[in-house]
Amino acid sequence: MSKSIPSQPILQVENLKIYFPIRRGFWGKQVGEVKAVDDISFAIEKGKTLGLVGESGCGKTTTGKGILRVYQPTSGRIYYKGTDIAEMSKAQIRPFRRQLQLIFQDPYGSLDPRQSVQAILTEAITTDRQRHSAAQIKARIEELLQAVELDLSMSDRYPHEMSGGQRQRVGIARALACDPELIVCDEPVSALDVSIQAQIINLLKKLQHSRGLTYLFVAHDLTVVYHIADVIAVMYLGKIVELMDAKDIYANPLHPYTKALLSAVPITDYAVERQRKRIILKGEVPSPINAPAGCPFHPRCRFATETCQQAMPKLTAVGGGHQVACHNLKQVTD
Amino acid sequence: MMQNFNAESFKQFLRVFFGRGILVQISLVIILIFVFSALLAPILTPYTPLEQDLTQMFANPSAAHLLGTDNIGRDFFTRLLYGAQISLVVSLLSSVWAGVVGIILGLIAGYFEGLASSIIMRVIDAQLSIPSLIFSMVLGMVIGQSIPGMAIAIGIGAIPSYTRMVYGMVLSLKHNDYITAAALVGQSETKILLKHLLPNCFAPLIVIFTMSLGTAIMVEAGLAYLGVGIAAPTPAWGVMVSEGYKYLTQHPRLAILPGLCVMLVVVAFNIVGDGLRDALDPRLRGKL
Ligand SMILES: Nc1ncnc2c1ncn2[C@@H]1O[C@H](COP(=O)(O)OP(=O)(O)O)[C@@H](O)[C@H]1O
Ligand SMILES: [Mg+2]
Repeated sequence: MSKSIPSQPILQVENLKIYFPIRRGFWGKQVGEVKAVDDISFAIEKGKTLGLVGESGCGKTTTGKGILRVYQPTSGRIYYKGTDIAEMSKAQIRPFRRQLQLIFQDPYGSLDPRQSVQAILTEAITTDRQRHSAAQIKARIEELLQAVELDLSMSDRYPHEMSGGQRQRVGIARALACDPELIVCDEPVSALDVSIQAQIINLLKKLQHSRGLTYLFVAHDLTVVYHIADVIAVMYLGKIVELMDAKDIYANPLHPYTKALLSAVPITDYAVERQRKRIILKGEVPSPINAPAGCPFHPRCRFATETCQQAMPKLTAVGGGHQVACHNLKQVTD
Repeated sequence: MMQNFNAESFKQFLRVFFGRGILVQISLVIILIFVFSALLAPILTPYTPLEQDLTQMFANPSAAHLLGTDNIGRDFFTRLLYGAQISLVVSLLSSVWAGVVGIILGLIAGYFEGLASSIIMRVIDAQLSIPSLIFSMVLGMVIGQSIPGMAIAIGIGAIPSYTRMVYGMVLSLKHNDYITAAALVGQSETKILLKHLLPNCFAPLIVIFTMSLGTAIMVEAGLAYLGVGIAAPTPAWGVMVSEGYKYLTQHPRLAILPGLCVMLVVVAFNIVGDGLRDALDPRLRGKL
């Protein structure tokens, strides 16, 4: 897959698997595993945004945290600037640690309730093991607050004295304090009021522009991802089922699951809205503990055949950087 | 909860604490009297606790001897004051050392899963299954004659409550996003433990500390009474009860007054501990 991408991507994930053991009983015997992320591959180019969408529980957070090595990958490779960091020890990963940052879904939980904004940012600034004078720290805090468009007077506030949007801005400022190159944004707006969501998205776009940031942008909401992503990966039950340019998602969705997701997105144009077919998914998302064999989507797919029950289709290029994992593409597109 | 120490949450704390009724206020006064008696003992009395006046054996309370004298003519009021001093020192020493050891063990066991954690928690569980009085008794026999020895012996019995509390707190706190965030900006694990996890355990720790001060005083007196702790002629309350017990029928005050002191102070510490728990963190009500 790397062959189709001419420039060296800043992040390249190959065959990443993250399984959580399920332990029971006194001795903690392993009785099974949750295949939260099951053999996924993708790449992100520097300065671009990869949007990762899928229903909740499909493994988006696990993917993001696995790349940051918050979770230990079960297998697979994670090339960051050409170096495989998947199996590095804590000490080995140290030089990369601050370059990879995370913006959390829950802005309140991501801030220590006992720390003021100033304390939070000071900690993030000073953990680089360099010397900082008090004046340097102060100047840096001001610069960061300006970057996330927070008033300087905010620096004395505690998390419970701020709004959700302000907290998320502090979370972003903390990530920026590390001079990151790649930021995993884990549903950074889904806990916020709709009116605030656009502001935060625009801020993230602006920062990406001015600082050359690369994003892995996780969301369960297609409209949000569409606004910020260059490339979109659609995830279902631990697997990537379709990967395409963001502009293709409305123009040319191929996988039945992507189509179903799209049909759940409201369209503001009334005429179009009335005419289009709704695809209602039957059944529930199966649990990743006993994921169905073959294509994980087959129990809910109108086009499922016997092959789908037996083998997981490969993610296959269909031209223009568009990849899709489906056995019955012909029937689906007709 | 006292998320941070600003004026408003402090006012809220005081309101709940003193709003719990007259019992808390009386208990606080008892503790204050106890602490001041211990600190100011040399100023409050012209006698020393060991000086005997053999012409004044079993003297009744008078202007010269506020609470009379004991069987060898020592001023009883003076001995009670110095008894407070011993109780205070032993309880503080034992609770501080139990707290330091217990907290460190709890932090390690909670934060680092694996062998070290299992070993620590199994040992703590094993110790909990032995009544701590018996534990301290055996240790008291070996090292309990001096005040530091006694403090160590009593403190060991108090370690498990600190460890289990911190362990439980850390276990739930460490999955918070702000812990992940601290690790991601490159904060070291020791600093994460000390800056983010420990401060969030402060409220319940203060409660346990207060309670363990009371327990320590009780255990110290119990052991001294049984003769395995601090020994005569040191004026510890437990020693005084056991000496005064011999004259219970003729001079009941010699046994009853030190016993009453122990009881009042221990109960006061427990009531204040209860009040602190509610005022510091309403969520903890009924849990400790
Ligand atoms: N630490 C964990 N231990 C065990 N199972 C987990 C853990 N984290 C997530 N999972 C499971 O992995 C699956 C994917 O979770 P997650 O990545 O959080 O999904 P998403 O972010 O897409 O909503 C879920 O079934 C979830 O229950
Ligand atoms: Mg998630």
